[in-house]
Amino acid sequence: MNFTLDLNTVWFGLIGVLFTGYAILDGFDLGIGALHLFTKNDTDRRIMINAIGPVWDGNEVWLVTGGGALFAAFPEVYATSFSGFYMAMILLLFGLIFRAVAIDFRSKQPMRWWRQFWDASFSVSSIVSSLLIGVALGNIAWGIPLDGEFEFAGTFWGLLHPYALLVGVTTVALFTMHGAIYAVMKTEGELQARVRGWINNTIIIFVICYVMTTLVTLIYVPHMTTNLKAFPVLFAIPILNALAIANIPREIHRGREFRAFLSSCASMVALLALFGIGMYPNMILSSPVVENSLNIYNAASSTKTLNIMLIIALLGMPIVIAYTISIYWIFRGKVKLDASSY
Amino acid sequence: MDLALLSRVQFGLTIGFHYIFPPLSIGLGLILVIMEGMYMKTKNQLYHNMTRFWVKIFGLIFALGVATGIVMEFQFGTNWATYSRFVGDVFGSALAAEGVFAFFLESGFLAILLFGWNKVKPRTHFISTILVAFGAHFSAIWIVVANSWQQTPAGHHIVGTGAAARAEIVDFWQVVFNPSFLDRISHVYMGAWQAGAFFVLSVSAFYLLKKKHLDFAKSSIKIAIPVAVFASIMQLATGHSSADTVARTQPAKLAAFEGHYEASAPAGLYLFGWVDEENEETIGIQIPGMLSFMIDFDTNAPVTGLKAFPPEDRPPVNLVFQSYHIMVGVGMILILLALMNAYGWWRKWLFEKRWYLKIVILSVLLPQIGNQLGWFSAEVGRQPWIVYGLLRTSDALSVSVGSGQVVASLILFSIIYLLLFALFIYLLNEKIQHGPEMKAVMEEGHPA
Repeated sequence: MNFTLDLNTVWFGLIGVLFTGYAILDGFDLGIGALHLFTKNDTDRRIMINAIGPVWDGNEVWLVTGGGALFAAFPEVYATSFSGFYMAMILLLFGLIFRAVAIDFRSKQPMRWWRQFWDASFSVSSIVSSLLIGVALGNIAWGIPLDGEFEFAGTFWGLLHPYALLVGVTTVALFTMHGAIYAVMKTEGELQARVRGWINNTIIIFVICYVMTTLVTLIYVPHMTTNLKAFPVLFAIPILNALAIANIPREIHRGREFRAFLSSCASMVALLALFGIGMYPNMILSSPVVENSLNIYNAASSTKTLNIMLIIALLGMPIVIAYTISIYWIFRGKVKLDASSY
Repeated sequence: MDLALLSRVQFGLTIGFHYIFPPLSIGLGLILVIMEGMYMKTKNQLYHNMTRFWVKIFGLIFALGVATGIVMEFQFGTNWATYSRFVGDVFGSALAAEGVFAFFLESGFLAILLFGWNKVKPRTHFISTILVAFGAHFSAIWIVVANSWQQTPAGHHIVGTGAAARAEIVDFWQVVFNPSFLDRISHVYMGAWQAGAFFVLSVSAFYLLKKKHLDFAKSSIKIAIPVAVFASIMQLATGHSSADTVARTQPAKLAAFEGHYEASAPAGLYLFGWVDEENEETIGIQIPGMLSFMIDFDTNAPVTGLKAFPPEDRPPVNLVFQSYHIMVGVGMILILLALMNAYGWWRKWLFEKRWYLKIVILSVLLPQIGNQLGWFSAEVGRQPWIVYGLLRTSDALSVSVGSGQVVASLILFSIIYLLLFALFIYLLNEKIQHGPEMKAVMEEGHPA
């Protein structure tokens, strides 16, 4: 691998940062959704929803901005993947729509059937959205058939092969674990004790999925590890990842939920970094005709556009991060239901 | 069925549904700033209660806007991949700027707006309201930049030929300030302010009619009327200026607006009419020479007509003619209604005349109709081009997507959007029926 820190590489990294931001932030929203039906009474469900109430919408903006940046910086990747994964993308959209309205609508009416319908919508749409995001990543890593014009030449059912589904399930498990840890930070008393009980199970399920994905990747998707082998120092990342995951039950046990949450975030950063390192410099791998792959050069916008966008990002993102942190600070602490809650 | 038509219908459906919400957030955002500003200045509890009520409504509208908005961004890629490859270099910067500068701001501070009443000082809350309203206005800028560039491309050059042709940016500021941008963004803003103001007027008139929450309703109306009057009158100016720009930059569209066929002849202004596309003539009542006068201040000045363009370069004329004329008609009625409201307020019958209050309640639909038809005229009038003069709509589709897939997604979107619309109206009605909370300010308290 030839590594040069040019504009294209910088943008590859920045897109990675945006999607990592999305995974860390909306990941716990989706995880709370996946866990939603495990909470039994109405007050607990409201507490769980209000744990993400003020922030889920801002978190989703990371996906919107990530998508916009992908469109701008690598239009070919955006066009090929979004049109190639047509039905999957439409389903993801429906998932995100239902999640958004379920959060907003659920507590607006007291009827039992109303709340049950939106509870189910919230949970199912969160799980389906997480699964589809994972399936998309799995396909990108595995490789999809592209023709000479970089157009997707496969079928919808072809996207549902075992490896992609495995990555999909792993993503659901990861987000669920992340959501459970976030929930412990935001709850107290009996509910918190119950959530605490779930965490161990979510960690176990995630670790099983993660180990399986790693093994299958090593055996069947060797190209994802080529870069890693070329730069052995990068093996620090999977090691740090393992340490971060191992640290989660330790911190939970000691009642330091925020540190557990940071460990979970670190694990997500490591996983996505491994994904990015595995792909680089490719963005969508073509299989079986590898020559048709989209990479950071043949898929990119002009240098001029990449430069303009870098200015936009450097001007805008520090401010975004600053006020995002302040808003999380304002809404810190345990959830207290009041008149303005969902 | 035809893939191009299916994809266009789906885009039209999803953008039309989405566009119910952003103008309301923009217009209501402005009104919230005024209301909370009045509270900050006077410390009158009434303004606080008003702000709290309208913030709740704002939250519902905003949620629907977010849920339907993400569809739009995805759809460029899913259904219009060739278009995305063509415009990505130019269009993408605007979309990315929208995310970084506007969407984060809007959704971040919305949290404080909705849930921060007891967590931050009133001043911080007021600043958040300003930032949310600013974010809503600012996000409109970037999407209108992108859309205006499709109407009047500038600041770019074309690289490659045939299917591999791409538009690449040459000058960012020329792209932003392309020839139609300023006219169109001001037209969009005024339409949004009208939507917000007439919405507040309508709900408040409903309370007056029901003899409920009288102080609340009257004060809300007094804030909405100046906004409605200003926006409705300015809409005439921005509309005229927009049409002028269309005459200079997109003559085929202007000719379709007015059903003007003669290649180069003085043209009149139709009050209403019907375009016979087969025989290439328009029948209706017109003011002779008026269109020429409005463009060139000369009733005899020639205006480029549709016959100057080969048939394959013309938009569907009657459809554009009708939507444009209904939009103009709606704009005129809105000016009349806005002035009547102001007059009634001055003459002190506005809050009493029941038949007139009923009209005010119904008037909420007019800005919505105007906004929808305005976009319809602008976008259908641009046909057969997706990027005017550069890329045809029929060449812009996704190669890897078949009609069957679009039929499936179109059916699903139709069902889900119908459900969402019904739920939106239902919840909006519930909130309005429930009415504002009239609490005393002290029990709200501030953070301990």
